[in-house]
Amino acid sequence: MSATRRAGSLTAWLFLAPYLALFVTFVLVPIVFGLWISLHNWDFTLPGKPFVGLDNYTALLDSDSVSFDPFWNAMQATGIFTLFTVPLLIVVPLAVALVMNQKFRGRDIFRAIYFAPYVLGVAVVGVMWRFLLDRNIGAINSYLGAIGLPDDIAWLSSVPAAWVALIGVTVWWTLGFNSVIYLAGLQDIPRELYEAAKVDGASRWAAFWHITLPSLRPVTMFVTLITVIASANMFGQSFIMTNGAPAQETRTAIFYIAETGLQNFQMGEAAAASWILTLALMLLSVVVFGVFRLRGALEAS
Amino acid sequence: MKALRYAVLAILTALFISPLVFVVLTSFKTAREAVQTPPTWVPDPFTTQAYERILTAADTPVFRWFLNSMIAATANAALVVLTSALAAYALARLEFRGKKIVFALIVSTLFVPPVILVVPNYEIVGRLFWLDTLIAIIVPTAAGAFGVFFLRQFFMGLPLELEESAFLDGANRWQVFTKIVLPLSKPALATLALLSFLTNWNDFLWPVYVLFSPENQTLQAGLSTLQSANSVRYDLLMAGAVVASVPVLLLYLLAQRFVIEGVSRSGVKG
Repeated sequence: MSATRRAGSLTAWLFLAPYLALFVTFVLVPIVFGLWISLHNWDFTLPGKPFVGLDNYTALLDSDSVSFDPFWNAMQATGIFTLFTVPLLIVVPLAVALVMNQKFRGRDIFRAIYFAPYVLGVAVVGVMWRFLLDRNIGAINSYLGAIGLPDDIAWLSSVPAAWVALIGVTVWWTLGFNSVIYLAGLQDIPRELYEAAKVDGASRWAAFWHITLPSLRPVTMFVTLITVIASANMFGQSFIMTNGAPAQETRTAIFYIAETGLQNFQMGEAAAASWILTLALMLLSVVVFGVFRLRGALEAS
Repeated sequence: MKALRYAVLAILTALFISPLVFVVLTSFKTAREAVQTPPTWVPDPFTTQAYERILTAADTPVFRWFLNSMIAATANAALVVLTSALAAYALARLEFRGKKIVFALIVSTLFVPPVILVVPNYEIVGRLFWLDTLIAIIVPTAAGAFGVFFLRQFFMGLPLELEESAFLDGANRWQVFTKIVLPLSKPALATLALLSFLTNWNDFLWPVYVLFSPENQTLQAGLSTLQSANSVRYDLLMAGAVVASVPVLLLYLLAQRFVIEGVSRSGVKG
């Protein structure tokens, strides 16, 4: 009898117990509890939490309600951010990974440098770029002026400049993370595939298009999914850099949920908002998944 | 081709390094020089007054925040590694009823957006009387599924023969786990500990709302307090950013290989 079967199931549950206690309390229960909260007029600071059915949801979906505009403005902000960040963070890191996948001197040093910003927290990244992008005393405007470009761009308090700033800083911050994942994927592609293509006289472009991209598909899908989730959960950049300005235009959905639920303690509405955001995100993930499956099927046929 | 490659690399490197260098240099400038236009690079005079000021100011106790972050991130990493290793071993090597369901349940939460947990976890942490304490920063985030998934993959890749021969020598399950499996898994455990430490150190939204007292902040949450207290004192803010980054950058320099390999493995095998 093999060692795997020897231990009884009691041993297994004892090994699992500490993690499961955490998992149940802070992941499983909250998922259900959040749904429950969203059906109540739930103020953390008040004892009474009356049941209101779907009122929190209808309030967010009804254009006459006071919550409608702020919520959908925030959803729109998250949408804009995701729409631009995701393609950039799929394509640019792939290009960087392709360069890094060649053999040359100092390769590991360059890789370490591009990854470095990711190690910094969003608060550090936000505070430093708020300084560099300051309209009056920031280094960015100063150097733009020095090369003859406008030197008074309000990077943190006007749109679309604030979007350029938020998206650019996010790409700067997480490009290395996605590159490293691509790089590992590139290194898993068997060398023989390229050698065979070379024998057949395929160009480098053809090899990239017919070998590299299809082989990378699972990795690209993974990168796309985690980037979509990360972008849709954007909070720190806009909290620190723009504080939602101008007006509330760069206040993201998470920012709205955190303010509504954890600051104003309208937790029922915040929980409902997070479920709407999550459903939107799940729908988007299914679409991403479907697109990659479809592309795979098309190429296979 | 070669020249083009090095040109691209040089530009990228400048884009990544120069903002960081500029920030570090600014933290050693006087308040006036920090906001001077056009900006200077080398501080003149070179001064540490920004650091002296933020490390001693009563309303922004940066040194205390540093300790809080150290304690929280270390405890969180230890908790993640300990609980994940135990659970991952059961899922990799033990047979029991419901194993598939438990594993499926854990893995399915890997892609659950964290936003769904924020409001209910605030309520739960409140009922446990953990609000405004470091326990709130240490415990709930240790429930993430990544560690279990990551270590299970690693344990499944270990040769079974070593464990089986230990059983033949009369070892029990616990001895096999602690004397054979864990020592063989040091690189994976170190990687997970590092990633957990970094993630916890850099966590932002949760500590911003869960911690209120000035002395209970973590460094990342504290930075936003520092920013509201000194919105135009960029010398102080950059010094704060440097203090908040030194430990993670040091860890990264020392263990860069583990961090990068941990991240890349999460993608390929994930």
